[in-house]
Amino acid sequence: MLETLIVMLVKIGVVFGALLLTVAYMTWIERKVIADIQVRLGPTRVGPYGLLQPIADGLKLMFKEDLIPSQVDRAIFLLAPSLSIIPAFIAFAVIPFGDSTTLFGLLSRPVPLHITDIDVGVLFVFGAASLGVYGIVLAGWSSNNKYSLLGGLRSSAQLISYELPMGLSVVGVLLLVGSLSLVDIVKAQAGVAWWFGILPVPNWFLFSQPLGFCIYFCCALAETNRAPFDLPEAETELVAGFHTEYSSMKFAMFFMAEYANMITVAALATTLFLGGWLGPIAPSPVWFLGKVFLLLFLFIWFRATLPRFRYDQLMNFGWKRLLPLALLNTAITAIVAVRG
Amino acid sequence: MELLVFAGLALVAAVAGLLVIVQRHAVYSALFLIITMGSLAGIYILLDAHFVWVIQVIVYAGAIMVLFLFVIMLLDIRSEPAPWAPPDRGRILIAVLLSVVLLAELGVAVARRFVLAPAGGPAVASSFGRTQTVGRLLFTDFLFPFEITSIILLVAMVGAMVLAKKRLH
Repeated sequence: MLETLIVMLVKIGVVFGALLLTVAYMTWIERKVIADIQVRLGPTRVGPYGLLQPIADGLKLMFKEDLIPSQVDRAIFLLAPSLSIIPAFIAFAVIPFGDSTTLFGLLSRPVPLHITDIDVGVLFVFGAASLGVYGIVLAGWSSNNKYSLLGGLRSSAQLISYELPMGLSVVGVLLLVGSLSLVDIVKAQAGVAWWFGILPVPNWFLFSQPLGFCIYFCCALAETNRAPFDLPEAETELVAGFHTEYSSMKFAMFFMAEYANMITVAALATTLFLGGWLGPIAPSPVWFLGKVFLLLFLFIWFRATLPRFRYDQLMNFGWKRLLPLALLNTAITAIVAVRG
Repeated sequence: MELLVFAGLALVAAVAGLLVIVQRHAVYSALFLIITMGSLAGIYILLDAHFVWVIQVIVYAGAIMVLFLFVIMLLDIRSEPAPWAPPDRGRILIAVLLSVVLLAELGVAVARRFVLAPAGGPAVASSFGRTQTVGRLLFTDFLFPFEITSIILLVAMVGAMVLAKKRLH
């Protein structure tokens, strides 16, 4: 009993710490990658290769003056940053980041490398994501600023629109596995599949559900307000959108929530479509992290490459392209799953 | 322990529900409604009904209430809280009537549980509210009501669109 409790607490600590560290260093990775793409150097001053830059930024944000404009709705204004960051971190409770391990024989019983495995894991992540909207909407409303309000409204419309195709894009995987548990989904992707009977590929759902993966990835970009879907914070038209009036750590919390959300959707994509922790030779958490960072790199690549959508283009793309495609994918998968 | 958690959640749900109608500010009302929904979701966890719990969070807290907030903010009701007017007689009558019906219903439920069958009502199966159970029930015993519900929702949606279109042109 005591051992289980200690193992649990250690796991929570490790996941939380790793998540915070990744959030901090994603800013460094993003600046460096975009600098490379734009033939610049990026941060170089603080530490070797600018590696201490995220820590300097964090300290700076902490010591900045914390401004609260006079006409804001105080209670909600103070609540919004927490409402935005808590769901972002909670979603990670069900993501499996490795196979069961005894830590090289240190532990008496093998310990599964996930905080918890509930039988509605996929839905849990979606539920947490859908609650994250409140932080943004309420921040926009409580700021008593037209630009913020518009940013918040845009964001809620965008999130509601893209939640639908995102949920539907995953249904294909669920039909093939027959379970909502993320651990079951990863285990179903073990082994090798044969393309056209000759080409061996991993039995990942990326290869049997390519359309589902593409739809999921587009929606993931939109759900995390990343370019080219970053309309809620379009600088040219909305100053900075919902977080215009925020400063200091409150601003930092929105920032961290955005990056934590990115990591969550990348981790969910890894689990659902890229075989999660599965892979030969290297330890399972290494495979998991490798795949997640590959997807995060894609996120940054998209940002550096694509210009922002117009608002009507965004809505048309979500409702008239992605949603029918996701329905089609679901229908085809259902037919194949029943007949096969 | 379970009773204690239930009591806490029920209290939060009831108090938040009360605050929904007491608030003068539409946005605050909506927020308290979300808290009510959240505590209801907590009660579903106590029942071990994981699927119902997560659907409650996604659909009610995550989707419907976001739309509510969206509409409130779009109409921008913030500037002037609704002026207080003495309620007219008809409204009081309807309110009293509805309260009596609701209280009677509550009384019947409590009586059934504690007086008529003190041993407890029908036992709740351990798989109650799990994904498989809900899915199986929806597509076997309750298939017809389920499909009818979706058709009704579709009709309502089309109706809303037609109304909105008429106003546009």
